[in-house]
Amino acid sequence: MQDNRGYIKGISGSVVTSTCFANTSIYEVVYVGSERLLGEVVRVRRDVADIQVYEDTTGLQIGDHTIFTGELLSMKLGPGLLGQVLDGIGRPLERLGKKSPYISRGTHIDAVDDSEKWYFIPRLQRGDDVGPGDILGEVEEKGIKHFIMAPLDFRGKNSTISWMAPKGEYVVDDVICKIGETTVKMFQRWNIRTPRKVGRKLDLDKPLLTGTRILDVFFPLALGGTAVIPGGFGTGKTVTQQSIARWANADIVIYIGCGERGNEMTEVLEEFPSLTDVRRGIPLMDRMILIANTSNMPVAAREASIYLGMTIAEYYRDMGYNVAIIADSISRWAEALREISGRLEEMPGEEGYPAYLASRLARYYERAGNVVPLGSPQRNGSISVINAISPPGGDFSEPVTQSGLRLSGCFWALDKGLATKRHFPSINWAQSYSLYHENLDRYFTREISEDWVPLREFVFNILHDGKSLQEMVQIVGRDGLTEEEKWILKLSELINIFYLQQNAFDPNDAYCDSGRQLVMLNTLKLLDEQIRGALNSGVLFEQIDSQFAFVADLMKLRSQNTEDYENSLTSYIKKLKEELSDLI
Amino acid sequence: MKLLKEGYKTVEKIAGPLLFVSKVARGGIGEIVKIESNFGEDYGQILQIVDDLCVIQVFGETMGLAPNNTVVWLERDVVKIPLGIALQGRILNGRAMPIDGEGPISCIEKWAPIQGNAINPWRRKSPHEFIETGISTIDLMNTLVKGQKLPIFTGSGLPADKLAAQIVKYARTPATSADSSPFMVVFAALGITQREASYFREAFRESGAIYRGVFFFNLAGDPSIERILTPRMALTVAEYFAFEKGYDVLVVLTDMLHYCEALREISSAREEIPGRRGFPSYMYSDLASIYERAGCISGIKGSITQIPIVTMPDDDLTHPVPDLTGYITEGQIVMDRELHGKGIYPPIDVLSSLSRLMNKGIGEGSTVPEHRALSDQLYAAYGRFKYLIRLKTIIGEEGLTPTEMSYLSFGEKFESEFVNQGERRRSLDETLEHAWNCLLTLPKDELHRLPVNLIDEVMLKRGTKA
Repeated sequence: MQDNRGYIKGISGSVVTSTCFANTSIYEVVYVGSERLLGEVVRVRRDVADIQVYEDTTGLQIGDHTIFTGELLSMKLGPGLLGQVLDGIGRPLERLGKKSPYISRGTHIDAVDDSEKWYFIPRLQRGDDVGPGDILGEVEEKGIKHFIMAPLDFRGKNSTISWMAPKGEYVVDDVICKIGETTVKMFQRWNIRTPRKVGRKLDLDKPLLTGTRILDVFFPLALGGTAVIPGGFGTGKTVTQQSIARWANADIVIYIGCGERGNEMTEVLEEFPSLTDVRRGIPLMDRMILIANTSNMPVAAREASIYLGMTIAEYYRDMGYNVAIIADSISRWAEALREISGRLEEMPGEEGYPAYLASRLARYYERAGNVVPLGSPQRNGSISVINAISPPGGDFSEPVTQSGLRLSGCFWALDKGLATKRHFPSINWAQSYSLYHENLDRYFTREISEDWVPLREFVFNILHDGKSLQEMVQIVGRDGLTEEEKWILKLSELINIFYLQQNAFDPNDAYCDSGRQLVMLNTLKLLDEQIRGALNSGVLFEQIDSQFAFVADLMKLRSQNTEDYENSLTSYIKKLKEELSDLI
Repeated sequence: MKLLKEGYKTVEKIAGPLLFVSKVARGGIGEIVKIESNFGEDYGQILQIVDDLCVIQVFGETMGLAPNNTVVWLERDVVKIPLGIALQGRILNGRAMPIDGEGPISCIEKWAPIQGNAINPWRRKSPHEFIETGISTIDLMNTLVKGQKLPIFTGSGLPADKLAAQIVKYARTPATSADSSPFMVVFAALGITQREASYFREAFRESGAIYRGVFFFNLAGDPSIERILTPRMALTVAEYFAFEKGYDVLVVLTDMLHYCEALREISSAREEIPGRRGFPSYMYSDLASIYERAGCISGIKGSITQIPIVTMPDDDLTHPVPDLTGYITEGQIVMDRELHGKGIYPPIDVLSSLSRLMNKGIGEGSTVPEHRALSDQLYAAYGRFKYLIRLKTIIGEEGLTPTEMSYLSFGEKFESEFVNQGERRRSLDETLEHAWNCLLTLPKDELHRLPVNLIDEVMLKRGTKA
C-alpha cells in the first residue's frame, strides 16, 4: 500500500498539487491529508498530479499525505435512494446532519444504507440464461418496483444462473444471485462520468406534461428531451422548476440544487413530503432524489453533482422509468468548472470559461433521451433534462446560455420585464421555442383533441397581432385602430392574464391538466367568435368594453374547482351570447 | 504557550497586499502569520502555497516592508475571534480589536475560527416568522422574515444608510409567541466613510441598539484587506449569539461593494485571470460563503437575518456585485433615484424589489389573510401606472380612457402616500389602511386580484365610517 502514497506540494483553493506515479490516471480518486478529504485527479504531469478536492481545504499542509486509490469516482446504486438528499458527491445529508448542523469533512458514507432490509422477489430462476441489464428480481421501494438488474459490465464466460436467492428480506450487500462464477448483489457501482450503456435510442413521441399552461401548449417538452430555462435573478427560475418537479408526469424526479440557496432546498424538503403525487397518490418526496450543493458548499463537488444526478437518473431509466432531471442552475456548474480551470492556470476561452465548456456541456445534455435499456424483458425508459441557467446580468449572449440553446430542444426564456409586472410564470412567448412540436402534435391530436393544434395556432396568432398593435398604439395612439383591432388588443391582454399567467400558489390553478387547458382555449375561441359577430353587426367596441368585465369574469372562472369547470365556462359563453344579442 | 517559534526571513517579493515567502516548511493553507518589521507588527494569512513558496495576504499596510527587514512568524493556527456574552455593546475595529475605550474584551468563553462551516441543507429550517420593519413598502409588498438575507441595492447619494438605521431601530417580531427569542444587532461597516460611521453610531445610540449589539467598524481609511475578515468576524459573532445563545440576530453589512473591491485587489495582486469588470471569477462562491451564513437551524433556537447594503455603481443593477448578490440572496430592496428626486422617502422602487420568502411569513396566522392578494394587486396596478405614464408622454392625456386616468391618480397617491412615509414607523394596520386608500381610487372591477367579498366588506366599513 505504501507505493500509492504521495504528498502535497502545493495548495490553491480547492486544487491541491501532489506528487504521483507513472500509473496515476486522470479522474482517479484520491484521499487528501490526514482527514482523508475526497478528491479527483484532474491533470497529470509525469510525477505531479493536480487534484480537485471535494471538501473544504482549510488547514491542509504542504507535506500531508495523499492516497491514490486507482479507482474512478463511482456511485453505489441500489434500493433506498428515493426520497433522499445527497450532497454533490453522493453522501446522505440526513445521516450526516444527525451529528452536526454543519457539513463535516472526511466522512465517507454511501447513500444506500447497508443496514436497511428489502423484500426481494426473484423473477428468474436457476438455469436461466442472462445478459447484461436483465431483470433478475425486484424489491419495492417507496411504492415503485425497484428492479435488480444484472450488471451492465457483466462479462462472464458462463451466463447461466447457478443460484438464485429465494424470496425474502435482504440487505443490499447480500448476494442474491450467482451467474456462473459471478456473484450479484442488490447494488451496483457505476462511474459517474461514464454514461450507462443502452440498447438503442428511440424517437421522442410523448410529452412531458408539466401542468403549466404556457409550456404544455406553446412550448412542450418531450419525454427524453432537453430544455433550458435562462433568466436573470428574480425572474422565477426556481418557482418554475419546483412547479415542474411537483407536477410533471415523470415517474422519478431528480432535483439538483447546484450552487443555489440553502433555504430553497429546505423549502423542497419541508413541502414535498406533505404533497401528493397527482398520478400515483404517494407523497411527492417518494419519487424525488435531491442533490444539494448549495452555493457555500465546496465548489469542486458542484462540478461532480450533475454527473452524479445523471448517473442515478440513468439507473432508474434502465429499470424502465421516465426520469426528469432538473438542475438549478447549470451556470453555477460552469462557474465551478471555470474556477477550477483558473486554479489550474489553463488558458481561458470566452468570458474566462475553459475552452472545453461546450464539449462538457454537450456530454451532459446528450445523456438525455428515450431509450430501450439493455437486457430483457424489453422496456422503455427516458431521461428528460431541464436546466436552469443564470446568465450574468440577465444577458443571454453569454456562453452557457448559447451552448444550452444549441444543445436543447426547448428554450423557455424568462423575462425580467414580465417578472416585475408580476406576470408569472414570466416566460416570454415571443422569445421561447420548442423543437418538439412536430413529434408531439400527433400525440396531442390523438390523445387530447383534434382541436388542440388549431386552437394553439389561433391563440398564438392573436398574441402576435396584439403585440404589433400594441407597438402601433405606442406611436399613433388608439384612434387609428379599427373596432376589430381594438378587440384583438383586448383579447391578447385577456390571453396574457387568463391563460399565460398561472398562480403557482392557488391550489386550483397551480396545476392545469390538458383537458382543462383545452376547455380554456376553447372558451377563448368562442369568446372571440361571439365578440367578432357582435362587432360585425355594428356594435362598437367601447359599448362591449364598458358593459363586460372580461378579466374579472374569466379570472373568477379560472380559480374554480375542476368539477363543473367545463359547464361553467359553457354557461358563461351562453350568457355572454344573450347579453351581446341585446346590444345588437 | 508555544515554546518553539518558526520565523522566516526569506521574503522574496512584495506586491500590493501580498508577501511571497520562500523556504517555508509545511505551510498550511489559511494559516495566520505574524509579520515583524522595523515599523512594528502586523498579521497576515497564507492564501496559496506552491512547494515551499507561500503567498501571504497582509491585513494591514505593506508600506515600509522590505525583503531584508521583514520576519514572518508562523502561528500554526487559523484566524479566530474571541466570543463571549460580554461582546454585547462593544465597538470593535475591522479585526475585532476594541476601539470604544472600554478596555479589552472580557469574559471570553471561547475562540472560534471565522471561516465558518456550511450549514447542512437537511438541518436548515425554512424562515417563516414575519418581521415588522415598520416600512410599508417592505412589510406589505416585500416582507422580511426571520432568517432571510435581503439586501438593499442603492446608488451613491441615496439614503440607504438612513433606511438601514431605520430598520434596525424599528424591526420587531410580533410578540405573540411567549418563548420569542431576544433580539440583537450585529453591524459590520466595510470601508464606509467617517461621516457614515458617525451617522450609524449616532443612530444606534439614539435607538438604544448600541447597548445590545456588536459593532465592527472598518472605515474607508483602514487597510482594505482587513475587509475580507470583517464580515466573517461579524457573522461568527452572530452565529455564536444566534445558535448558542438563542438570539434573533439581525446582521447589517455595509457596503458589500467595498468588500468585493478588496477581493479584486487581492486577486489582481495574485495575477489571477480577471472575470467581469476585473472581479475574480470565484466571487460568487466567496460572496455565498458570507450570505449563506444567514438562516435558521431546526432544533436550535435563534436565527440570523442579514441585510447587506450594496451600492450599484452608476445605478447599474447588472454590475457584477449587485448581480451576483441578487443570485444568492432571497430578494432585494431597490432604491430609486427618480423617487428620491421627487422627495419621496424611503425611495423604494417596489417593481424591482422582491422578497422571495415573503409567502412564508404572511397570511392567516402571521399577518392578514389577504396579504398576498393585496400585495399582488398593488404591484399589478402600479406596474400598469408605470406603463400608462409612458403611454401618456406619447399620446397625451386625452388619448387615455377614464379607467386609465384612474390609474394615474392611483399611482400618484401610491407614491406620495404609501411609499412616502417619512421616518416614522408604520404599524401593519396603518400600512393596510394606506394600501386600501390607494386601491379604492380604482374602479372596483379593476381590482381583480382581490376577492370580491373582501372589497365589498372594506368598502362597507369605510362607507359607514365616512
